[in-house]
Amino acid sequence: MIAYLIRRLLYAVPILVGVNLLTFALFFVVNTPDDMARIQLGIKRVTPDAIHSWKVAHGYDKPLFYNPRESGAKFFTDTIFFEKSVPMFRFEFGRSDDGRDIAQEIESRAGPSLEIALPVFVIGMMANVSFALMMAFFRATLVDVWGVVLCVAAMSISSLFYIIGGQFLVAKLWHWVPISGFEAGTSSLKFVILPVIIGVASGLGSGARWYRTIFLEEVGRDYVRTAKAKGISEIRVFFHHVLRNGLIPILTGAVVIIPSLFMGSLIMESFFGIPGLGSYTLDAINSQDFAIVRSMVFIGSVLYIIGLMLTDISYTLADPRIRLQ
Amino acid sequence: MRIWLVIIPILCIAGCGSTWNDPYPASDRGKSILYLAFTERPRHLDPARSYSEDEASINAQIYEPPLQYHYLKRPYTLVPLTAAAAPHPQYYDAQNRLLPHDADAKSIAYSLYEIRLKPGIYYQPHPAFARDENGKPLYQNMTRKELESIGDLADFGKTGTRELVASDYVYEIKRLADPRIQSPIAGLMSEYILGFRAFSQRLQKDPAADLSKCEMSGVEARDRYTYTIKVRGKYPQFAYWLAMSFFAPVPPEVDHFYSQAGLAGKNLVLDWHPVGTGPYMLTENNPNSRMVLMRNPNFHSETYPSSGMPEDGSVLKDAGKTLPFIDEVVFSREKESIPYWNKFLQGYYDVSGITSDNFDQAIMMSVQGEAQVSKDMAKQGIELKTSVAPSIRYMAFNMLDPVVGGYGRRARLLRQAISIALDFEENISIFANGRGIPAQGPLPPGIFGYHWGQEGINPVVYDWADGGAKRKSIVAAKKLLADAGYPDGRDAATGKPLVLYLDSTGRGADDKTRFDWYRKEFARINIQLEVRATDYNRFQEKIRKGSAQIFTWGWNADYPDPENFLFLLYGPQGKVKYGGENSANYDNPEYDRLFEKMKNMENSPERQAIIDRMVAILREDSPWMWGFYPKDYQLNHVWLSNLKPNQMARNNVKYLRIDAKLRDRMRREWNGPVLWPFAFAVLGIGLIVVPALKYYRRREEGRAK
Repeated sequence: MIAYLIRRLLYAVPILVGVNLLTFALFFVVNTPDDMARIQLGIKRVTPDAIHSWKVAHGYDKPLFYNPRESGAKFFTDTIFFEKSVPMFRFEFGRSDDGRDIAQEIESRAGPSLEIALPVFVIGMMANVSFALMMAFFRATLVDVWGVVLCVAAMSISSLFYIIGGQFLVAKLWHWVPISGFEAGTSSLKFVILPVIIGVASGLGSGARWYRTIFLEEVGRDYVRTAKAKGISEIRVFFHHVLRNGLIPILTGAVVIIPSLFMGSLIMESFFGIPGLGSYTLDAINSQDFAIVRSMVFIGSVLYIIGLMLTDISYTLADPRIRLQ
Repeated sequence: MRIWLVIIPILCIAGCGSTWNDPYPASDRGKSILYLAFTERPRHLDPARSYSEDEASINAQIYEPPLQYHYLKRPYTLVPLTAAAAPHPQYYDAQNRLLPHDADAKSIAYSLYEIRLKPGIYYQPHPAFARDENGKPLYQNMTRKELESIGDLADFGKTGTRELVASDYVYEIKRLADPRIQSPIAGLMSEYILGFRAFSQRLQKDPAADLSKCEMSGVEARDRYTYTIKVRGKYPQFAYWLAMSFFAPVPPEVDHFYSQAGLAGKNLVLDWHPVGTGPYMLTENNPNSRMVLMRNPNFHSETYPSSGMPEDGSVLKDAGKTLPFIDEVVFSREKESIPYWNKFLQGYYDVSGITSDNFDQAIMMSVQGEAQVSKDMAKQGIELKTSVAPSIRYMAFNMLDPVVGGYGRRARLLRQAISIALDFEENISIFANGRGIPAQGPLPPGIFGYHWGQEGINPVVYDWADGGAKRKSIVAAKKLLADAGYPDGRDAATGKPLVLYLDSTGRGADDKTRFDWYRKEFARINIQLEVRATDYNRFQEKIRKGSAQIFTWGWNADYPDPENFLFLLYGPQGKVKYGGENSANYDNPEYDRLFEKMKNMENSPERQAIIDRMVAILREDSPWMWGFYPKDYQLNHVWLSNLKPNQMARNNVKYLRIDAKLRDRMRREWNGPVLWPFAFAVLGIGLIVVPALKYYRRREEGRAK
């Protein structure tokens, strides 16, 4: 397995270079370094000298991918792409275009993001599995039919509606929790409870419906019939056998996103005023802060690759027949 | 039975009268804290770099330039802040001979501003000023190892202060010229302050130079409390710049403190941790979530103004009392308007603006057509304050365009016809909820040169009828169009329909409605309008290159002087030719000559006459459809007093007063938790669980089929 993991890690390098290349190309198709300078320097009274000096100070005065004025290695190294990419592979993200240290920002924002994303993931997973098991348990009854109807309805509604509706009902009309805001430590509970509930509720429809399909497929298998024939209670059959065997496809979808939980949720954090990494990325895109955008894309890619590796490892844990070679 | 274990504590908590939805700690209750929100994350808090509204709302409470705007007087008047008196420039010729006050502007080589500070003004407590018992600075030359354990300013342990001196102001002006700092006004100031450009070039060559040891020829600290600035020629508007935080003091030791290696990596920089003499100091800086200002214990003596305008009775109750009244200001980040608005209604923000979405909920029009708060808002004690912003939103023609641009009769009549056809009264009503005044020219109300009533109307677009300005009829617009050679919207020479292009950044659903409206208005005179929507960067590029034809634009004044609006149409400010602020690329030699004469004049009947002539030229040439002057609507709760909108000053927090007890009481009344949904939830769960259990038992106990 170690050889397998090392091989996967080596594969990750060209993937990350490719992702980086794409990020640079896409960003600079939409924005030029002059545009970035104008955004940072403000709209009023921006002189060409100020733009030039901003570009020099931030290293955007060079060509993007190759430097025709240089020869040899410098043809590629004396470029924006090379100078901005290489430090990221050492996990040095530098400073944002407005001068703040990106690594420190990420460190301080990962916590709030996790405070929402982790409970949404864990509770959401439990709720989805439970609801799916219930529908599978009551299959071909009214409970199952209405459960599926409810799931389809729930997954057809935009997540923005859940957020605005949840804030309106729970926070505005019933006054149970603050509408938005965040505090560190234990005080954060009253701020995260509503986004977590909304996060779980908004994912319930699609999650439960998918898991129901998996469980129904398992319920029809021979080993379930055998277990029932042995006189094992239905509850035990479901939780001990069906759930365990249905885990592999669930793991595929779930484990891969665990590392990405750090990245936070773009819309949720914006509406609830959570100072997490999701809103950090969104702000950076809006303010054309390329230093943050490329760092977040890079970290996202790294986390996704880690997620895929974890998924592979989890297969071996869930199903002893699988070996990583 | 178990359910009561949940319900009883809930009822107990609810019965205690506490609120569950309070976003602030319980320890804040009863305290004199002002709760505000900010939407955009501040980028810079360095006074040399900061130039946006969001940043100014924080910086202006901390930094004190020598002058400020009088809080209550209108038109806006400059008064001393840290200066002992407002400076009166002395004029000198090229031989350094003093000239009389009324000397011809052409003979003036430079104006000398001598600013004398009030003694006894001290900086906020800060580690940069901390000294040991021998008087040596404690934290100025720390080693990297010593700085390792520092994560925040509080980790330094000790703080100190020192008196504000003239050289601190001189140091800041030098910082404006420092290319490393990239001040947005460096380009402008290099044209005015003597020696500024040379100083900047010197620093470009020697970036490591110590600013306090380098001399700038036009700026000098004469003594401990006096400094002078030499400004090229005559530039009366310079005094307004002295009321902006660009000209606030920065102590050299603070700059040195923050430049120590290792602090920048912890985001401990002057750009994020301002140090000033103002009424407040920044104690919590998390621009992603909240910023907190606390009362500066070293704040010098300043009192509430004792005079204002005749209608200011209610805001003069604290006349002569020592400022500030509020102990703490909490700015919370609200990126979305819905939570911001709802929290304001719950009493968790003390002031709020009004978006289009909640306008109808908040505002109703009286029989006289005046805006007032709706009945529900009035019941909550919410008050409305309105003011006309010193700004303008206009639609411009690119004067370099071969169809709508140029100075010939044909193009001018075409622009005039379109100006009449576009009904901005309707535009304001539909898209701004009536929050605006149709513009008659480039100067908004409150700026010298603006005329109210018949005298002020734009005769090209309006007639004076029934005691008001009435837009000319569409027939008049069509006639002008026909005179321009486009009868019925077709080119008389070729017979082809006239198609014009509007360049814009908007591509959302709301923008589509606006574009449809523009198309409809142009269609009234049979002109086809094509909208070329693009992203912000491409739009800016089109404006810079002059490839746009018609576009919408706006301007917020830096200072309340007509020069700050009329320069937007000054030829040498042309966007394409000079990269200036004249985005319409308007270039009229007569207008430029008048502008050059007017800009150096004091407000006087003579200046008014020149402005009138300039405005008349603009109306005739119509490089802009004049659009409208936006009106600001601000809501505040009854517990906040002394609030008077001041569109120029941003340091107004020190004048405000909070009745914290009243706020606490009203918050409790408005935010009691509603408990009946709990009962419904329990009932709902029961309705699902009980039949499910029954079904399960029946199935388990039933016979196999």
